[in-house]
Amino acid sequence: MKYVVEFRNKTIAQGLAGAIGAEADLRRPYRFMEFCGGHTHAISRYGLEDLLPANIRMIHGPGCPVCVLPASRIDMAIRLADRAEVTVCVYGDLMRAPGSQGQSLLRAKALGADIRMVYSTLDAIRIAEQMPKREVVFFAIGFETTTPATAVMVRLAGKKRLKNLSVFCNHVLTPSAMHSILKNRNAHDIGRVEIHGFVGPAHVSTIIGTEPYESLAEEFGKPIVIAGFEPLDVMQAILMLVRQVNQGRHEVENQYSRAVKREGNRRAKEEVLDIFELRDPFEWRGLGLVPNSGLKLKQAYAQFDAEVRFSMHELHVADNPVCECCAILRGMKRPVDCKLFGTACTPETPIGACMVSSEGACAAYWTYGRLRDYQPRRMS
Amino acid sequence: MRMGVYHRKLDLKNGCVDLSHGSGGRAMGQLISSLFHEAFGNEWLDRCNDQSAFDVSTGRMVMTTDGYVVSPLFFPGGNIGSLAVHGTINDVAMAGARPLYLSASFIIEEGFRFSDLKTIADSMGEAARGAGVSIITGDTKVVERGKADGLFISTTGIGRLADGLDLSAEKARVGDRVLLSGCLGEHGVAIMSRRQNLAFQTEIVSDSAALHGLVAVMVAAGGNGIRVMRDPTRGGLAAALNEIAHQSRLGFRLWEEAIPVKPEVAATCELLGLDPLHVANEGKLVAIVAPDVARSVLAAMKAHPLGCDAADIGEALADDHRFVQLSTSFGGGRIIDWLSGEQLPRIC
Repeated sequence: MKYVVEFRNKTIAQGLAGAIGAEADLRRPYRFMEFCGGHTHAISRYGLEDLLPANIRMIHGPGCPVCVLPASRIDMAIRLADRAEVTVCVYGDLMRAPGSQGQSLLRAKALGADIRMVYSTLDAIRIAEQMPKREVVFFAIGFETTTPATAVMVRLAGKKRLKNLSVFCNHVLTPSAMHSILKNRNAHDIGRVEIHGFVGPAHVSTIIGTEPYESLAEEFGKPIVIAGFEPLDVMQAILMLVRQVNQGRHEVENQYSRAVKREGNRRAKEEVLDIFELRDPFEWRGLGLVPNSGLKLKQAYAQFDAEVRFSMHELHVADNPVCECCAILRGMKRPVDCKLFGTACTPETPIGACMVSSEGACAAYWTYGRLRDYQPRRMS
Repeated sequence: MRMGVYHRKLDLKNGCVDLSHGSGGRAMGQLISSLFHEAFGNEWLDRCNDQSAFDVSTGRMVMTTDGYVVSPLFFPGGNIGSLAVHGTINDVAMAGARPLYLSASFIIEEGFRFSDLKTIADSMGEAARGAGVSIITGDTKVVERGKADGLFISTTGIGRLADGLDLSAEKARVGDRVLLSGCLGEHGVAIMSRRQNLAFQTEIVSDSAALHGLVAVMVAAGGNGIRVMRDPTRGGLAAALNEIAHQSRLGFRLWEEAIPVKPEVAATCELLGLDPLHVANEGKLVAIVAPDVARSVLAAMKAHPLGCDAADIGEALADDHRFVQLSTSFGGGRIIDWLSGEQLPRIC
């Protein structure tokens, strides 16, 4: 596990924790949002918050693509899978994501829909080749990290002249969501967002680079430190954020320099630009409609667009009104502040975005963090 | 049933099971005789009755049953047959009992190759003999193509408990030690490495093994100081300890650095986004042991071939929440929860 264990070294972690403790100003709070589910997972999995001073609080952002996919898109996929001629291919973590009225792809599969779990877009191509008489639809989700793989699949499908493969596209864009959180445009009655800085995306940034965050840091005056997903990466990024805040700076810094360049991955970006274009707006579970945040296939590739091919209709499903995801995703509330947390909403029966996947803020808190301050509710 | 002379021998090389092999007629008798009796051979089966009678000693008996639907049927380190023997023996052994007899029931899909069935039956026979256990009764059913995925096996086990021994989760007490018999996650990772859509190169083989020998030396060293034992199969160590926490109304604290995991398993889990604490084992046990005998039980485990990597990984705590906590190797803390949903279907 070369290049992994080095980034989980306890002694270095203690050194970083010491530096954070020494440099953090005890007279003020620091509230940093880690946008990505990968960071949330690392923070929870390694118990990083135990190493931080009490006045530094990590806010778990919306950066888990399964979590933020709205119920309406799941419902649309289930309708598609219910068609006799269709086989839907999905990444495994999407199977349990809740649609409306208790529906999920897992349940649809149990009831007879042909839904296959795949690990790569190439699996979908293989399945389409093996079953030429069936309509194979790849349920594409993810941020900029997974979009190039879908783009390559579309290009390969064209090259192979596959007539039975299409994409149900749900790819979303990270900087637009960060913009929405900071602008607080869709939040209702939750007050001003108090975020002092961002631990910026790791894998997403390997594709898009650090440049797209520069206008965000400038416009909102918030420091952004791009960080890797290993626990030492996160610790170092927190130290860099503390220093920026203390010095009154708001720059984009790159902690993850072993993988991220300012310009990103040009080849991957070209693949994406070739196949996809902006879809405006796109709905996020927990954030509502976010401008300029989704992608769809360009007209030239309409034959591979499942929404065109099967004349899929947009559905609209309202989020549960009691669910506090909207406030939790913006750092205004904690999972335990939600009446549904741990009662109606658990990892087995997720209701809100934050509980859907293990990388969601509530699920991570449920799985790894309850220990810290969970108090069982008394019956009144 | 042994039916005497047959017109033609079973074509073990190229033949396959058809519906006649489950019909109760001569073909079924021939299948049972040529494959299962041949593989399991013992005095009970030789009498060819629909049941077997055996002597019962005084004291308490233990009985358990389990179904096996693992996919694929053959995996590095074993197959569904050896798994069906080891798994049920282990369920008997976790009571601290000595396993004695097994039954085996087969649901076979038509078209299943005799050669594969023979390999599976032979490894069941070998596993049972290796464990000193006899398969003394069984059943064979054949279902139409598409109604079963090749082969399902169900085994029931009976064992005898030593006088005075009574292990149960509610006997766990604050301060008890948590002993683990070896490295985690090998069975689950070996199965995954052979899944069609996941195939990857690995040297890891399933840890499938009968644990009653290890249990015997532990019981000799610790007696009722061993409060409870579990084999952490589906859901892994996380599920086993959460079950015990729930039943004993205690919490547990584990030390991540003390939990043995082979580097290959850790690397595979890393790659696939799995936690070794949730991955299935088929030849490991976790024991909650009174502190005064923990050292001697651990020494007995380490002296046994199936416990050479055994470790003291944690302790029982007073905790109304019944949390299983982990002190991470990074210096933080977290909860080890049950796995939500299904990490990997049909692991055993």
